[in-house]
Amino acid sequence: MSRIVEYTCIICPSGCLLRVEAEENRVVKVEGAGCPRGVEYAKQEFSDPMRIVFTVVRVRNGELPTVSVKTTRPIPKNKVFNLMKMLASIELEAPVEIGEIIVGDAYGAEVVATRRVGRREPVAG
Amino acid sequence: MIEQKYDVIIIGGGPAGLSAAAKAVENGLKTLLLENREMLGGIPFQCVHTGFGIHCFKEDLTGGEFIARLIDRAVEKGVETMVKTHVLKIQVYSALEKTVYAASPKGFLKIQAKAIIYAAGARERHQYEIGLAGDRPDGVYTAGEAQALMDVYGVLPGKKIVIIGSGDVGLIMARRLAMERAEVKAVIEVLPYPGGLTRNIVQCLNDFNIPLYLSHMVREVKGSERVEKVIVTRVGEDMKPDGSFEFELECDTVIVSAGLKPDVDILEKIGVETDPATGGPVVNEFYETSVPLVFTAGNALVVNDLVDYDVEQGEAAATHALKLLGDYLSPRLEWRRVERGRNIRLIVPQLVSGSKDVVFYSRVQYPEDNVRLTIRETGFEKRFFKVKPAEMIRIMIPAEELAKARRGKITFEVVR
Amino acid sequence: MVGETRVAIIGAGVIGASIARVLSRFENLQVYVLDENYDVGGEASRANSSVIHPGHEEDPDNQPLRAKLCTEGNALWRRWCMELEIPVKWVGELMLFERNEDEKEAEKYVEWAHKNNVAGVRILREEELFEMDSSINRNVKGGVYAPTAGLISPFEAVVALVENAVDNGVRLLTETRVKRIVVRNNVVVGVETSKGLIETDIVINAAGLNADEVSRLAGVEPWFRIKPRKGEYIIFDKEAEPKPSLVLHTMPTPITKGVYASTTVHGNLMIGPTAEDLPYEKKKDTSTSLEGLEHLVKEAGRILCKVPPRSRIIKFFAGLRPEPPDGKWLIKAYSQPYGFINVAGIRSPGLTAAPAIANHVLSLITETYGLRLVEKKGWRPFRRQIACVSEMDYDILEKHISENPDYGEIICFCNNVSRAEVSEAIERMRRIGVKTITFDGVKLRTTAGFGKCQASRCKIRMALLISEATGTPLCNIIMKKSSIGVGGVKTLWTQNKESMKND
Repeated sequence: MSRIVEYTCIICPSGCLLRVEAEENRVVKVEGAGCPRGVEYAKQEFSDPMRIVFTVVRVRNGELPTVSVKTTRPIPKNKVFNLMKMLASIELEAPVEIGEIIVGDAYGAEVVATRRVGRREPVAG
Repeated sequence: MIEQKYDVIIIGGGPAGLSAAAKAVENGLKTLLLENREMLGGIPFQCVHTGFGIHCFKEDLTGGEFIARLIDRAVEKGVETMVKTHVLKIQVYSALEKTVYAASPKGFLKIQAKAIIYAAGARERHQYEIGLAGDRPDGVYTAGEAQALMDVYGVLPGKKIVIIGSGDVGLIMARRLAMERAEVKAVIEVLPYPGGLTRNIVQCLNDFNIPLYLSHMVREVKGSERVEKVIVTRVGEDMKPDGSFEFELECDTVIVSAGLKPDVDILEKIGVETDPATGGPVVNEFYETSVPLVFTAGNALVVNDLVDYDVEQGEAAATHALKLLGDYLSPRLEWRRVERGRNIRLIVPQLVSGSKDVVFYSRVQYPEDNVRLTIRETGFEKRFFKVKPAEMIRIMIPAEELAKARRGKITFEVVR
Repeated sequence: MVGETRVAIIGAGVIGASIARVLSRFENLQVYVLDENYDVGGEASRANSSVIHPGHEEDPDNQPLRAKLCTEGNALWRRWCMELEIPVKWVGELMLFERNEDEKEAEKYVEWAHKNNVAGVRILREEELFEMDSSINRNVKGGVYAPTAGLISPFEAVVALVENAVDNGVRLLTETRVKRIVVRNNVVVGVETSKGLIETDIVINAAGLNADEVSRLAGVEPWFRIKPRKGEYIIFDKEAEPKPSLVLHTMPTPITKGVYASTTVHGNLMIGPTAEDLPYEKKKDTSTSLEGLEHLVKEAGRILCKVPPRSRIIKFFAGLRPEPPDGKWLIKAYSQPYGFINVAGIRSPGLTAAPAIANHVLSLITETYGLRLVEKKGWRPFRRQIACVSEMDYDILEKHISENPDYGEIICFCNNVSRAEVSEAIERMRRIGVKTITFDGVKLRTTAGFGKCQASRCKIRMALLISEATGTPLCNIIMKKSSIGVGGVKTLWTQNKESMKND
């Protein structure tokens, strides 16, 4: 039996409305995509939705108390909160450099810093 | 007193200013960049999400990654910068003689320049500008303020949030707050369509089951010390409460995401003409304002939705500055005024000569499908599958096309 | 009474602060000022029309005390503002009318001016008016001109008074809520507060909206009840036109002095107030409404040639005026209980009259309680205001920056307020005894955050400076009454360990 699912593509700002026709759990047709990336997105979204995660992680002794981080590639959507929970428990020691790996394996991606946070100069006295 | 002379002073160290400065130095101009905050970078620094640099670096970077590259590039080029330096006044003596007065911890500055590129960005519209009535408890923030508070300074603004306005910054904050487990009760939008990109509705609201109320407004904020609740009411076509439906949302924080306004007070004081449609200056195709050799770029010119446009405008302004400084004495061009026709909310530049290809940036007033963007006087047209206020239209029109308009004006319009 | 007499003033509004300053002149008085808020001037004193009234609008027959103290207060503020460097401008006012038949009513005020000793009050007609102030609506037929009206910064006035009083030995106790007036053998002996018992010989009730409750705590005037009367105001940005050069207002109604339009001492067009009587219990309802906003724009349109568009509004707010029965101020020293003084129900023109009320209270103390007061030798009449970048000539600014680089670091980009001013405000708050340094207190002392962007660009940096100065973590910095944040960004993840279900 076939069924139809609709998604809005989030790959680029165009926001194409994607129409996915599936039989059993197999995509048989994708309509509405303005580019091939949309077709890929629709298939992925149907079988196993993925999201890039960006958030901040706490930093000790930094010029700022947080550093922004992201996953280097999308991770399964249903693991996003698991990763968030894990990142909440982390506290890094400054300095942190852009691109520094914070978590080596986060559901198939790496979590890397996206901001430089220098070390806070020790308070005089 | 710090007294020096430059070819060009760039005011503002965000994406547009940094790009303008790097380009100006590359062009051989003696350049100084002034930034009033404690560090360069401007707003992207506080953006942890991606969507930056797709055009100019061909990569999807986060705000922090993107701005670090722009800063590095400016440093490599040897741009001279001063942070914590706030411009108090600009004085214009003649077309090629301007003085910028500024305060900085290093001293009081009185700097001469031939040209100025003003790239000080925009500021957010706040609760009073959108007519938010009721009690005035603590816990009301603009979206950018809440973003900086959370993602730079590590402070969670609240636990139960209502967001007013569905612009992209508000949607992105909805997701950020939800990711940190705050309860985002709703996004309230007074217009019948969302202000932000559809993909942001999907990935920021739908992913987290955050309701979006279109054609609704917050009629009143309640709370004696801290926000306690908001009263949401349906509005009619006139955007006023129609009395048909009203409900309360309990919350401790209200985030106002009601758009940006170019910050041009200091330019208005030197007589720069402004455009009510953009809130920024009226500029010609060189991004030059009505005061000779005072240029603008970035959000101070027009509120852009892609940072790549700020970069593009900044670089263009620096190149234009070089050109106009070089042949300032050549006869000035005759300008054709760019007019806004049907469903065009704003468009820059507002003046063109017809002797140069021009990139226009425009926004429509309301969403439409299957339309054509046309120039009434020349017959030019381009098809658009979809136009939305949230998505800026960037379009290059060749000089030949613009030159066809003989009668002193060029009218852009959206037709079905 | 002999030796040192202890006085506790309840309420650090403009009335309490004025009394404190006057009483600080005496060697043999030990004065405390109590306030339940974090800071001084937190209620009616900070949200009003800011007008120092001439005194011609007070009915000499029905309100003789108000009339007398208003005229006297106007004169006293001239000296006090100079001594204390309080922002003020003496611009004069025009009460405007649009119908010729209103002239009769207008004449009443000229007559009252005579009776109340208010100089220079006269009726002006069309052309003369428009020449005096070009922002007046051309439909206006005439107006009552009163040259002695002034505009003050009321919150800064309270701050200046308290700073000066503290400098002269008065002690301020903030976050101190009065629970009980302790009376023994019909004599006041103390005030029981949320911070403990304060032993005192005299209690002065200057508790503003709550003065009726305090009076009842002392067991006097059980009939006396204060009604909150709400007034909403609109402030426009500094560039918005018109900017009246005088204080303009419509004709008074039975409950208000009319709607005012004026250019504040900081240079913004302000219009207001509305007048709405609230139920007795709504003493905290300072909410604004769209109806109020519309009403003000309409009323201001009667007297102004034009009202700026809504987009130029930078703030609207409301204040509550403490309205006593029959509009009569209750200023009285009691012998039962001995040592209790009411300065209650001080509705308009309370701000104007404050210095005169303070002098009046002083005479009540000496007359009723037979105190022989000894003037302090080293009493300091002067107080300096915070030097502000926005008012400095560039050569002065240059000098300031070279001495203190913090003057060169601008924190508020709208109003050009420097880091040095913010630090100075924090330091002064501490010096008067404020325990919790609020963002609001710093904002009102420096005007930082009071410009077009309404602090959206400087709020966090100011909070950081307060955090640095006080050692309080950023997320705990109090804005007005509540903290800037609810914890660290990961608070909700780390506080609650229970597992989160997968999306």
